[in-house]
Amino acid sequence: MKIIQRLLVAAVGVLALAVPTAWAAGEYYKPNKHVWSWEGPFGTYDRGELQRGFLVYQQVCSACHGMEQLHLRNLGEQGGPFYLAEYPNANDNPIVRAIAAEYIVEDGPDEFGDMFERPGRPSDRFPYPYANQAQGRAANGGAYPPDFSVIVKARKQGPEYIRSLLLGYDYEPPDDLEVRPGNYYNPYFPGGLLAMAPQLQDDLIEYPDGAPATREQMAHDVVTFLAWASEPHMEARKRMGLMVMIYLLALAGLLYAAYRQVWSNVKH
Amino acid sequence: MSGPSTYEPKTGFTRWLDKRLPIARLGWDSFVDFPTPRNLNYWWTFGGILAVCLMIQILTGIVLAMHYVPHIDYSCASVERIDRDVNFGWLLRNSHANGASMFFLAVYLHMLRGLYYGSYKAPRELLWILGVVIYLLMMAAAFLGYVLPWGQMSFWGAMVITNLFGALPVVGTPVTEWLWGGFSVGNATLNRFFSLHYLIPFLIAGVVGLHIWALHVPGNNNPTGLTVKTGADTLPFHPYYTVKDGFAIVVFLIIFAFFVFYWPDALGHADNYVEADALVTPAHIVPEWYLLPFYAILRAVPDKLGGVILMFGAIGVLFILPWLDTSRVRSMRYRPMGRWFFLFFVIACLGLGWVGAELPDNKVPVLGVLGLDFLWMGRILTLYYFGYFLVVLPLLGLVEKPAERPASIERSVLGKDTFGAAAPVAALAE
Ligand code: HEC
Ligand code: HEM
Repeated sequence: MKIIQRLLVAAVGVLALAVPTAWAAGEYYKPNKHVWSWEGPFGTYDRGELQRGFLVYQQVCSACHGMEQLHLRNLGEQGGPFYLAEYPNANDNPIVRAIAAEYIVEDGPDEFGDMFERPGRPSDRFPYPYANQAQGRAANGGAYPPDFSVIVKARKQGPEYIRSLLLGYDYEPPDDLEVRPGNYYNPYFPGGLLAMAPQLQDDLIEYPDGAPATREQMAHDVVTFLAWASEPHMEARKRMGLMVMIYLLALAGLLYAAYRQVWSNVKH
Repeated sequence: MSGPSTYEPKTGFTRWLDKRLPIARLGWDSFVDFPTPRNLNYWWTFGGILAVCLMIQILTGIVLAMHYVPHIDYSCASVERIDRDVNFGWLLRNSHANGASMFFLAVYLHMLRGLYYGSYKAPRELLWILGVVIYLLMMAAAFLGYVLPWGQMSFWGAMVITNLFGALPVVGTPVTEWLWGGFSVGNATLNRFFSLHYLIPFLIAGVVGLHIWALHVPGNNNPTGLTVKTGADTLPFHPYYTVKDGFAIVVFLIIFAFFVFYWPDALGHADNYVEADALVTPAHIVPEWYLLPFYAILRAVPDKLGGVILMFGAIGVLFILPWLDTSRVRSMRYRPMGRWFFLFFVIACLGLGWVGAELPDNKVPVLGVLGLDFLWMGRILTLYYFGYFLVVLPLLGLVEKPAERPASIERSVLGKDTFGAAAPVAALAE
């Protein structure tokens, strides 16, 4: 009942529409511009960035942020970080199988009704860091680390915003803003205070391809990976778009010629 | 249909059929030989475009419904599954979500066409009213559909809109709870919304049938607004307008495809990718762009019930429009004052859309220095919206002196150089 009451109050509040947005500190920054490999009508995800971005996710973010909607096999599907043309079925992809095997997942019940543990398979979902939301909150001082399945689409100017957020911890908080323990000042975050500590430092991880693991590089890579996770079919979408556009433009040209022809004998 | 049928069944089977169910005759008379004014411009292609839009929504929607799960715990995940794992699911969903926007884009241009060329006036009042019914049903379908992915905007949009009914005196609370199927927006609400979302497009298809029937009795209006007088004023629908409509439909599909393939989330809202949460109110609840003008009108009134009445009144007034406009002249082409008021009406509608997207307390850019905030801008534009229908159109017809009109559609076409004035007869004999 309490919830209902709160809902109604909230809804009426919305209707009264005096709701000026409650950015406590008033000031927060617009995300910084950035150039991505996948921009534009022909842009594709850079495989190197995707693979490094996956590493950043796996070694850093996945401790707190899950990706509920993704399966490990997605990594090896067309357009994914570890897609190999020889393995059109991602479940056979050796890189993905190796990645999956590193995880221990719970399965079952077996014929005795018991749950058991086994190494992961590509068909498993990404392991989730928490059993439920409450656990996630409890582990993070009351703030739930949002799921990453569609995080890039779920924020305005998603890619720029997340990159700016990850690199945006170096500012002095304004004097009137009290930063309590467990909170961090980040002017890109609405309200300026978030419960996520700075995550990226130079050389936090080692890239197998030898790319320098600077903060900027890691932020760039992980956002590319998250963009792919949010929209794994982007490359297919653009590819089909090109064919559709060519087809429609040709059809429009033909129809226009037909139109001129049909109407050439009448005044209108 | 206007005029005697010219259909002649040619084969044994069509003769047999024609005596029993003259459906081929109906098709022939409606879409092949149908006499259509020869001077229709591209604003007349939106009817055909709208038919295509409806078919796209129904076809993509039926397939989406095969994969969608109407349950508050699974809906979000099922929509994600459509995007990720269903073959070409991303294409279906992009097409359906953007298709709704494209549908509204087309219907707004279609309606403005009718307003400018006076297509709502006798003998087309019922045709116009059926159009307004379709528009209402479209808004209902779009609102219900937007709730289905069960994101933050879905949930809070449903909350705001269903709560409007709570403003009704006495019956407010029971009606709202009846709509919800409970004491709040919840699983029962989502289920019934899905059921209705599936139903309404077929109701629309039915009303579209009536709409076309009501079109084919008086025939098309045209840019001059003149009534068709002789056969020389018209051309058979096929091939003249099939090819012209066909071209326009493909151009429209290019714009459609641009959004679907290159900018699929531009018209949506990022918050709707966040799963619904009854405890977290989004900072800024806004409807989809096509409903923004009504949202602005709703908020223009300090009183909730007043706002609701005004919002429904904004559509209600369209129903009586045929009897509000007192001018004898249909087309704004020949209404030197009317066309200015019309232009401002279009600007007011766009302005209301802008107001609907902003927070009422924010200052309007540039005009803000004068102290104008979006609340007052919304009020001024709302006043003009209603003023246009309730004051301008009734009075203007009595005082405005129409410009001289051509004698007929045929002359308006042939005497293009002497546009407006009646062309001398000699000039016509070419
Ligand atoms: C130690 C746990 C932890 C780790 C590791 C972590 N985060 Fe977070 N993250 C959080 C918490 C807690 C929040 C919620 C913050 C809040 O709402 O105040 C959060 C929120 C976020 C948000 C959402 C901000 C918003 O707009 O709501 C993004 C984006 C994000 N993290 C990115 C990352 C990335 C990328 C990484 C890996 C490089 C990462 N996080 C690693 C705990 C973590
Ligand atoms: C008048 C025509 C229609 C309009 C204007 C319309 C509009 C919409 C809108 C705006 C959405 C939300 C899209 C999103 O944000 O993801 C939606 C979703 C949906 N619609 Fe429709 N729709 C129409 C017809 C239909 C039909 C005929 C069906 C089925 C028979 C259908 C089935 C669905 C389903 C299953 C969803 C949820 C999946 C999703 O979110 O993509 N729709 N619709």
